[in-house]
Amino acid sequence: MESVATSQSATGLGSPASTERPLIYRQSRWTRLTHWLWAISLFFMLLSGLQIFNARPQLYIGKQSGFGYNNTIFEIGAENTSTGTRGYTEIFGHRFDTTGVLGWSGPAGNETARGFPSWATIPSYYDLGTARVIHFFFAWILTTTLIVWFVASLVNGHIRRDLAPRLDDLKRLPQDIIDHAKLKFHHTREYNTLQKMAYGGVLFVLLPLMVITGLAMSPSMNSVLPFLNEVLGGRQTARTIHFTVMLLLVGFFVIHILMILAAGPINELRSIITGWYRTDPPAHDDKTPERSA
Amino acid sequence: MAKFEISRRKFLTGASLGASGIMLSGCDAFDSQLSIGSGLRSFLENANGLTYRAQRLLAGRDALAPEFTEADIRQPQRPNGVTSPDDDDYKALLANNFADWRLEVSGLVEKPLSLSREQLMNMPSRTQITRHDCVEGWSCIAKWTGTPLSLLLDQAVVKPQARYVMFHCLDTIDRSLSGDIKYYGTIDLIDARHPQTILAYGLNGKPLPVENGAPLRVRVERQLGYKMPKYLYKIELVDGFADVGGGRGGYWEDNGYDWYGGI
Repeated sequence: MESVATSQSATGLGSPASTERPLIYRQSRWTRLTHWLWAISLFFMLLSGLQIFNARPQLYIGKQSGFGYNNTIFEIGAENTSTGTRGYTEIFGHRFDTTGVLGWSGPAGNETARGFPSWATIPSYYDLGTARVIHFFFAWILTTTLIVWFVASLVNGHIRRDLAPRLDDLKRLPQDIIDHAKLKFHHTREYNTLQKMAYGGVLFVLLPLMVITGLAMSPSMNSVLPFLNEVLGGRQTARTIHFTVMLLLVGFFVIHILMILAAGPINELRSIITGWYRTDPPAHDDKTPERSA
Repeated sequence: MAKFEISRRKFLTGASLGASGIMLSGCDAFDSQLSIGSGLRSFLENANGLTYRAQRLLAGRDALAPEFTEADIRQPQRPNGVTSPDDDDYKALLANNFADWRLEVSGLVEKPLSLSREQLMNMPSRTQITRHDCVEGWSCIAKWTGTPLSLLLDQAVVKPQARYVMFHCLDTIDRSLSGDIKYYGTIDLIDARHPQTILAYGLNGKPLPVENGAPLRVRVERQLGYKMPKYLYKIELVDGFADVGGGRGGYWEDNGYDWYGGI
């Protein structure tokens, strides 16, 4: 699958050989296909998930929700105040006014009490049943894609070659962080250390944890895997973890997009659509090619 | 090569503009495709059938839902939905402390039953401390006592063509132009015969309160709360439910919830 094509004509400048930026085949068809299936399914799962959360915009720790006692750690709500209804968000007992976005939102003069605002949910109107239909449809897509990716990436060497961290990666980490902070990007066939950590973390930690905590919330699956909730700290803790992983995935998405914009969106998009990626010119005055940091 | 480059760039620009357009305006357009009966909705709902078959395969017929200890009962069972039926027939039964209430078992059975509350409570019972998971996301642990549904099914002798158990309830959950809508629901015979599926008349060591479904409610511990009707008065064995209510097998199902509530 390793291919290299020179791209002098593409640059159109007749640049000397030393500054050639070769097009290399970087992303296999499996990586590209699963990437976009995840993008689609995570989009729908997030927005339908926020709708599902709106049915009970509270998170608890433990086996059950505290009604006769307090184990709520997160809450979005609305309250009447002297200045009218206000939306609030409470995290570990600390309350923030989030009127207009969380708790109390909608067109001016026509606001409603809802956890996440209309623009952030599918469907936009309150409908738990429909949100669940969408969520579970894409849960099947997401999980199937994860399994397909794992098998394909084991077979084609993607995991071993591109994602498995090596000792070198650890040594390069400080320089990698400095380079990222300076927005200095290297374009190579290989992922840099922070990329390996981010992609590996999403694929081997966050997405599996999302599936596991999702299954832990199913009363039917509790009869098959009763230990799951015990390990996770109870059904309501599993729900809280599910929500927290969502926040981490949204965080990953934001950084992912920022990195693509900073590193050259056309080149990055090309590689995840066609597989072909334009790399930095090889360093000829050095025996070992300059590694991405 | 250069030509390819330009067209690809144009394609990418167009694609990203198109995608952001869909993102911005698509949500509202998507809404209209999601009403019950629409093609897209029906397609997405296929996932529920897949989930049902997959979980049945994994959980089998008899795998038990987790049971808890007395120490886990930390609060009263939170009531939900209808908590005080306004129906005249229900209020009359309640006024008489359900002395006139009877449970009917009918439909596709060899020997239809009509049981008083006393007869039901004299049958063998099962007590279990289980967690009630509401579709909304909350959970509550409580102790339930009742008659295993399988005992009633055995006594009534279910005909081979029966496929579902339909629960008929006394409470009006909704009103429509064509009249009151009483709560109803269906489960398959695997769940109906599950060892933890009981008709509960006791909660936390006391008679079942009105708000939790007195005199009798269903417990189906491997499913969500909306699959466990309250204010039960009739059990009907059926071979399908297409002709009843909205045809989707239950009050909440007719309102867009999945029939299989094991997830």
